[in-house]
Amino acid sequence: MAGEKVALKHGAGGRAMRALIEDVFLKLASPVDGIGLSALDDGAAIRVGDRWLVITTDSHVVHPVFFPGGDIGRLSVCGTVNDLAMMGATEPLALTCAVILEEGFPREDLERIRDSIMIASREAGAPIVTGDTKVMGRGEIDGVVLNTTGVAMADRVVSDAGLRPGDRIIVTGTVGDHGMAVMTRRHQLGLEGDLRSDVAPLNGLIREVLRAGGDQVVAMKDPTRGGLASVLHEMAGKARVGVLLEEPSVPVNPEVRAACEVLGIDPLVVANEGKAVIGVRPGAADRVLAALRSHPLGQRASIVGTAIAERPGQVILDTGLGRRMLAEPDGEPLPRIC
Amino acid sequence: MPSGAEELKFRDPEKARALTEALEREVDAIGRSPVSVMHVCGSHEQAIARFGLRASFPRKLDVIMGPGCPVCVTDTPEVDEAVALAAQGARVCTYGDMLRLPGTSKSLADAQADGGKVEVVYSVSQAVELAKQRPAEQVVFFASGFETTAVATAATILAGVPENFSVLSSHKYVPAAMDVVSEMKETSIEGFIAAGHAATITGWGIFEPFARRTGTPVVVAGFEPLDVLAAVVELVRLIRLKRPEVMNCYPRCVSKDGNRAALDKLWQVFEVVSGNWRGIARVPRGNLELKPEWNRVNARHRFRIDTSVIGGAERNLLADQCICGAIMSGLARPSQCVLFGKECRPETPVGACMVSSEGACKIWHVYGGHPDLREVA
Repeated sequence: MAGEKVALKHGAGGRAMRALIEDVFLKLASPVDGIGLSALDDGAAIRVGDRWLVITTDSHVVHPVFFPGGDIGRLSVCGTVNDLAMMGATEPLALTCAVILEEGFPREDLERIRDSIMIASREAGAPIVTGDTKVMGRGEIDGVVLNTTGVAMADRVVSDAGLRPGDRIIVTGTVGDHGMAVMTRRHQLGLEGDLRSDVAPLNGLIREVLRAGGDQVVAMKDPTRGGLASVLHEMAGKARVGVLLEEPSVPVNPEVRAACEVLGIDPLVVANEGKAVIGVRPGAADRVLAALRSHPLGQRASIVGTAIAERPGQVILDTGLGRRMLAEPDGEPLPRIC
Repeated sequence: MPSGAEELKFRDPEKARALTEALEREVDAIGRSPVSVMHVCGSHEQAIARFGLRASFPRKLDVIMGPGCPVCVTDTPEVDEAVALAAQGARVCTYGDMLRLPGTSKSLADAQADGGKVEVVYSVSQAVELAKQRPAEQVVFFASGFETTAVATAATILAGVPENFSVLSSHKYVPAAMDVVSEMKETSIEGFIAAGHAATITGWGIFEPFARRTGTPVVVAGFEPLDVLAAVVELVRLIRLKRPEVMNCYPRCVSKDGNRAALDKLWQVFEVVSGNWRGIARVPRGNLELKPEWNRVNARHRFRIDTSVIGGAERNLLADQCICGAIMSGLARPSQCVLFGKECRPETPVGACMVSSEGACKIWHVYGGHPDLREVA
């Protein structure tokens, strides 16, 4: 619309961002043999013979660049590896890495970021095969922006639209760790304590999930911006089912819970960078849960909800004390006092 | 920060179930439907909405939010005064929620966009600090909040403020509004839940004359979900027994006499006067104004506030459809408003109740928009 401007909320992973993408970028979508842009999934999957080529790309900006538990380098590798894994592609063939720097960015910091990229890419078994570097004038960009693109082959693609009533929903661990670690550091709230980002490559964990659950694993998504609440709304909307979420079953670290309580933020809308939300047919739920819990990154995995036929596209929250609708996050959660 | 043990104590699902069962029995025993009770506090609505308690209430029980949001009941002419002061060059400091509260034609946020000096503060003392840093400016604290918040304003004034600091009071006094709402024929409220934090100041004894005069029981409640549930059970029991008494369900914080030192400070500085509460009514004794001896720190006396500078109201078709007044009087629910969640959202509020985090519409919106899920299995 004429005169309208892009706002920060358009990048926050919620309702506004989806509306912007649908209004502006969906025009780019064209039919592909597989999952293309119009699916608005974590990535694309194109049929190649009897297998699938999975591609995803992700740009990373984070403040601060270094935060408890990680930095922008680790984040940019894990974000892309995880998007591939969420499509069922757990063996990344290669990553690209493009970096845009602001004039004056400390070289020492850049080398630290490079080391993090190296470590994360080894952890994930995802080699960096090509890259690009640009420098912009002071003030033309804020510090550093990283983009990574990943490619992988997969035998079966898991979309985020596969839920049907009765399916169980699993989260692979505690929610809210990344967002609260970054937020408390960014706003210098002096609440850091043991708050640490969970940023980690999930392809090894998802490999175990698919080994245990096979085609009974019907939907996957990583709850980054917008958190668990946003992912569940998206899964419910795409599959036209309702979701009943059992709040007491959602694992939350006590430090995160305490920080959220003080700041008036719901951990369900806080970003994660090392967790997945997995929809599983009811018969395979226990099997998948056991596989998750035997992996170091899935020890606190928990069944948190069920897909239901009622209220398609919506999420009902059972708080243990009552029930309500869970709102779809809209914009970045802001601490009450900033 | 709540420890794990405390959280278990006040958010324990087993205890909640026992309380909702007791509530069901009490409501059944009354044998009428609906039994309507009102709370007068945004924090109570937050607890009810956040924890989904309405889905656990008996169908025959209506728990209604009344005028419990001080920002929401701040009247349009009061906002106009603040906007006019900003337009006249004063630095107007206020709490964040007040920024987007609509006046006749402008909010303080609009005044800020017009180049007015408008500052969000988190406490009255922060506004005093600003005045000290800017001795050449006139700093006005646009004071909103109920008697609890007014105590902080009073204490700050008593402690001494710089010459260039003054207060534009829109502080409100809750007990007066309970009188007005209980007399509204359309509402038929049978009992009130009083706000625990306000009662820590006033003491629960302040509600005794009200309960006797109106024949309506009052229960003072805390803000954890089990606090609210336990208070509703007690309130419905008092209604069933036809006992218009005051019960204190928040004894860990509230005493009968309240905080005498705080009350002394409050009444040294403020007096109750009649005033309009936005959307509700003229509330006799409902506003807290600075006493005449504090005229020198009263912005209404220090300045000639010329609200004509901000222009008249333009007809606003959306605002015409807003039912905030009915919502704050307990006559309608947010979800009955045609604008709710559509044209009226937190980022584009039409009515006062969507502006403040204490407003019923904002709270319902944040917690899913439709808190009554009793029909969903």
